[in-house]
Amino acid sequence: MNDAPLTAALSRRQFLVGGGALIVSFSLMAPSLRAQENNRNAAAAPAKRPLPGSLKDEPMLDAWIRIDSAGNITVFTGKAELGQGIKTALIQIAAEELSVDISRIALITADTQLTPNEGYTAGSHSMQDSGTAIKHAAAQVGEILAGLAAQRFGVAADGLTMQNGAVCAADGRCAGYGELVGDEQLHVRARETSTLKDPRSYVTVGKSVPRVDIPRKVTGGASYVQDLRLPGMVHARVLRPPSPGARLVALDTATANQLPGVIKIIRDGNFVAVVAAREFQAVTAMRALARTASWQERPTLPAQDDIYALILRSPAQDTAILDVHNPAPAAVRTLEATYRRPYQMHGSIGPACAVALYKDEGLTVWTHTQGVYPLRKAIAEMLRMPAEQVRCIHMEGAGCYGHNAADDAGGDAALIARALPDRPVRVQWMREDEHLWEPYGPAMVSKVAASLDSDGLISDWQYHVWSNTHSMRPGPAGNLLAAQQLATPFAPAPPMPIPQPEGGGDRNAIPLYKFRNARVVHHFVPGMPLRVSALRALGAYMNIFSIECFIDELARAAGSDAVDFRLRHMDDARARDVMRAAAERFVWSAWQAQKGRGRGFAFARYKNLGAYAAVACEVEVEHESGRVRVVRAAAAVDSGQAVNPDGIRNQIEGGIVQSLSWSLYESVTFDATRITSRDWAHYPILRFSAVPERIEVHVIDRPGQPFLGTGEAAHGPTAGALANAIADATGVRMRELPFTAKRVKAAIGV
Amino acid sequence: MITLNVNGQPREVDADPATPLLYVLRDHLELNGTRFGCGLGQCGACTVMVDGEAVFSCITPISVLQNRRVRTIEGLGTSENPGLLQRAFIDEQAAQCGYCIPGMIMRAQALLEKKPAATDADIRDTLSPHLCRCGAHMRILRAVGRALRAAQSAPTADAEGRDR
Repeated sequence: MNDAPLTAALSRRQFLVGGGALIVSFSLMAPSLRAQENNRNAAAAPAKRPLPGSLKDEPMLDAWIRIDSAGNITVFTGKAELGQGIKTALIQIAAEELSVDISRIALITADTQLTPNEGYTAGSHSMQDSGTAIKHAAAQVGEILAGLAAQRFGVAADGLTMQNGAVCAADGRCAGYGELVGDEQLHVRARETSTLKDPRSYVTVGKSVPRVDIPRKVTGGASYVQDLRLPGMVHARVLRPPSPGARLVALDTATANQLPGVIKIIRDGNFVAVVAAREFQAVTAMRALARTASWQERPTLPAQDDIYALILRSPAQDTAILDVHNPAPAAVRTLEATYRRPYQMHGSIGPACAVALYKDEGLTVWTHTQGVYPLRKAIAEMLRMPAEQVRCIHMEGAGCYGHNAADDAGGDAALIARALPDRPVRVQWMREDEHLWEPYGPAMVSKVAASLDSDGLISDWQYHVWSNTHSMRPGPAGNLLAAQQLATPFAPAPPMPIPQPEGGGDRNAIPLYKFRNARVVHHFVPGMPLRVSALRALGAYMNIFSIECFIDELARAAGSDAVDFRLRHMDDARARDVMRAAAERFVWSAWQAQKGRGRGFAFARYKNLGAYAAVACEVEVEHESGRVRVVRAAAAVDSGQAVNPDGIRNQIEGGIVQSLSWSLYESVTFDATRITSRDWAHYPILRFSAVPERIEVHVIDRPGQPFLGTGEAAHGPTAGALANAIADATGVRMRELPFTAKRVKAAIGV
Repeated sequence: MITLNVNGQPREVDADPATPLLYVLRDHLELNGTRFGCGLGQCGACTVMVDGEAVFSCITPISVLQNRRVRTIEGLGTSENPGLLQRAFIDEQAAQCGYCIPGMIMRAQALLEKKPAATDADIRDTLSPHLCRCGAHMRILRAVGRALRAAQSAPTADAEGRDR
């Protein structure tokens, strides 16, 4: 720690930058500023360690925390609320380190004019990146405030306490944060180390604080970009082609132009949009345009029943991402299997929406994108504008589970707004637009072979996974749907794999289990017959499904209990803890076999870097119909330091239910020309009638440990546990997702 | 002009009679809680009550709504003074993104008024036209059950279906 004397502080402040921002020197900070010091552990760190979390990319404290002279605290994050409750958790972190009630904190989320650039809100990174940055920034701001108070009171900092937004001396004198800061900003570069609160003294972090956004959402308060109403706002709809690759050969705009309320029809190549005064007028006009539009369609899609063979025979870039060789006892038995996962969609309940305003050569886009900065770059490129003239502001949309159509709607709104200057334009996609055009989660194939030795242990593991890319996000303009449809189109960027350790198609392809010999190969397939991108958990859903099914098959072959078998191959103590906890909650050891019922177990640590999660479930398989009913599920999760345990439970419960829906029902369907899963009738998902009787989630808290992202941790283990339970119930192993009643019925030979 | 009765208030609306109620609520009357999900009556996000029955507002033209009572989520309470079901959803933290929730609450409200002694199985049946993509189902079921039990133990205006 810096032992610079406090007395140097105020007089040594220097104006180093313009704009009135005052640089407050870190010499204000003293080694022991607060009474809580006893409860704090100064995180000693080696020099030159990168700054914590996203501070490494944006090191100025006032980029994260600002306090005005009235004592109002504003916290800035480059991450966005996607329905995962991140706002509440980030507020809790800041409130904790600043020793204020959460009601004192205002949080500003992703906005290219106001917040740090934290890339995409994706990959379960928000708590690790932004949560960690805010925690350290808040702690360091707290240290500066205490330093200012010590200076003001002329006392040693040791006796100071921080409480309810004020720093108080032992003699009762207090100064509010606003008073201490005055009109200055804490424009200070973060340091490598922070004096953090001792987790044992936490009053806000670790508590299931109710989410700040829920009261408004359940009472009809404005909550989403869909609810944004700007003065003079008009409504637009886009006429999308009927199929990928379709070319607009004729369009009669005369009829639509005469419809009530129609303001403008915009056509640029295959991009057609209509703007009207009222929203339903825009819908009506779009439908009128659809009736007159003549499209030349081409059969660009592969045969659906050939899709897995096509993936396997497509040119691929092969990378061995694990290659371990050790002496091992002779194999006594070798098994192999192939697993398949279809194209699946995000299917947000609210179709994509955006509002844009082009005024004075500047463009503002209100959007539910996951990445305001990358979207700004894409829109600027598409419109050939300098990026500085484009501002993207995040507003919530309906649930976001990866790269859905949010960015595309932002691109649509930008194009339309530029054609209609000075008027805010709101564009919302129709249900069919979303189902037909959102980028899907890619179809994948895995092949695995493994050997058991005479002790019933896995001595050799060979795993191959074939996949398209899992990220076709903007940045590049060509990744916006509208940009691809212009008369002078932008081509999509060349697909790239996401490198390990996070991985894309190979995310979680490396098992966390320890095998003496193991080889894992990622076959990256660049050719994309369907539009694909990031769907929650990316390749981890498929890889964990495959690994956990095959582990189960091996356990059966070895005559071992599924949980014991996993524990025998697992060294990681935290992994072992979640497995044991899930088994305990499920009461795995007291299972009584029943006809038509089965139990399944699965585990993974998301990305081998994030939260640990284990899921056990019980299913009932209706013999006559093949219908699978999930009776109950029990899960355990270790997300490191738990900031909001109920938020973690909510994410895991939701992940289990969503993964059950994917795994039981969902696949995108298509013929040679068109996507045919165009609405909920043609793309069924889980309904209330199929929801388990109960889901229990046990959170293992790890006070003081780094935050581990939770939002995608349950999907893979749930799919594995479900498949294993079906195998247990029926004696038949299903290796192709989803496990529809029709497929199960065929498999069990009814 | 068509006059609609929305949450107990007469509202004059200048819209084509074929316009679905959803668009009139959102665009003309500037009510946020009724949500566009599919426009096809497949997901339930747009559900409101008409004369005490849950209906899909996305496929109900305003031409059939003269002299009928329309009730939306805004008619049940506010974030400061939430209605019984709204309170239960807050207490159970029964939402992730929350987009689908008002529609479910409106159908649950119709159930609460008609059959306050509904069982858990009735609740599942009642909510089956509704989709939730975040997977908040377990909490939603708990919240509706909680509200129904509360209504039975202490009948209020909520259970009697009066507009606030």
